[in-house]
Amino acid sequence: MGDLLWILISAMVVNNFTLTLFLGLCPFMGVSSRVATALRLGAADTFVLTLASLSAWFLNRFVLPGAPYLRLISFIIVIASLVQIVEMVIKKVSPTLFRELGIYLPLITTNCAILGLAIFQTNRGYTLLEGLFFAVGAGAGLTLALVLMASIRESTELADLPAVAQGIGLVLIIAGSLSLAFMGFAGLGMAG
Amino acid sequence: MTPKATTPAQDVLRGIWRENPVLVQLLGLCPTLAVTNSVANSLAMSAATFFVLLGSSVLVSSLKRLVPNEVRISTYVLIIATFVTVADMALEALVPAIHKALGAFVALIVVNCIILARQEAFASRHSVGRAALDAVGTGLGFSIAMLLMGTFRELLGNGTLLGHRIFGTAFEPWVIFALPPGGFLMLGIILLFLSWTARRRAEQAKVRPWPEGVAERKAA
Repeated sequence: MGDLLWILISAMVVNNFTLTLFLGLCPFMGVSSRVATALRLGAADTFVLTLASLSAWFLNRFVLPGAPYLRLISFIIVIASLVQIVEMVIKKVSPTLFRELGIYLPLITTNCAILGLAIFQTNRGYTLLEGLFFAVGAGAGLTLALVLMASIRESTELADLPAVAQGIGLVLIIAGSLSLAFMGFAGLGMAG
Repeated sequence: MTPKATTPAQDVLRGIWRENPVLVQLLGLCPTLAVTNSVANSLAMSAATFFVLLGSSVLVSSLKRLVPNEVRISTYVLIIATFVTVADMALEALVPAIHKALGAFVALIVVNCIILARQEAFASRHSVGRAALDAVGTGLGFSIAMLLMGTFRELLGNGTLLGHRIFGTAFEPWVIFALPPGGFLMLGIILLFLSWTARRRAEQAKVRPWPEGVAERKAA
């Protein structure tokens, strides 16, 4: 049980997908100007991450032992179709939620965090349960990073910034400082 | 993006600077930040991405009449994934140490938006030759950004360049630049510098009036 908890916390803060491993940066830069949207995207991400972890485990267990060189190709196809299916199901079951998530769902396909999760999980040889904890932790970490970033960006809107510092350059510097702060969690690894 | 009449030279040059995929279009940030902690890693990553970009651009361009419009994105992704698998295996066989350092990021070239963007915006609408030229330009532009990051981060974070010591032993390395936060900070600094020079140039152009006659000739 301790191992599972450690996987969760490690994926969430110590090896935060966005701030330490640089996965899922596109939405981090693009969709992080409002806290509400950041939360929603984070939730959608976590959901797809969990499904991706399940399917990666399934592929690794039953399909890929016979053809390891197809790993990457099969992962990306499964993730792409998974997102499409999730999109269709949500559209059918809950049109309101579908409208709220809107463009973010299809965008998740090209989110490197999803493929990254599948690959990390394979490289580390996680079991089904470990993979699920890993996915939930990674999703929570992504959401945390997105929300932190969005809250900071909401406050920079009111700040009196020099003209040259407006735009993506500043966002990167803020991300750097956040990443620096998250390095503090690395000490947890030694204790665990 | 409507295809304008461009010369082959423009096809190449466009991607290198004016429409640099990383520094101007801000695409493919994940690898730019993740594997640029040393020049050697940057080089290997650039070479792998260059290969994948060139290979898929040529293939996508030559298959453009056969691919149905509805499934074109999935087809592009499949083609890209195939080339990435080749690059991944080649790196593993040729330079195992670097392959280990790059880790999952070689496989993640699949989701590098630069490559998909070039297929969708250029290769699928142009001849094989021009698609190849465009891929070369974009690939070089990506490599320039990667090397810029890699050089500064290795120099400041380690005091070395390609493993050779550049500064004397008195130099205390800024280890932070070799660590993850340094990636964000370095790209932020580069982008702020570029934005500063762009603004300066715009202001200088505003202050300095045209010499006699030039303005009239321009207006005419």
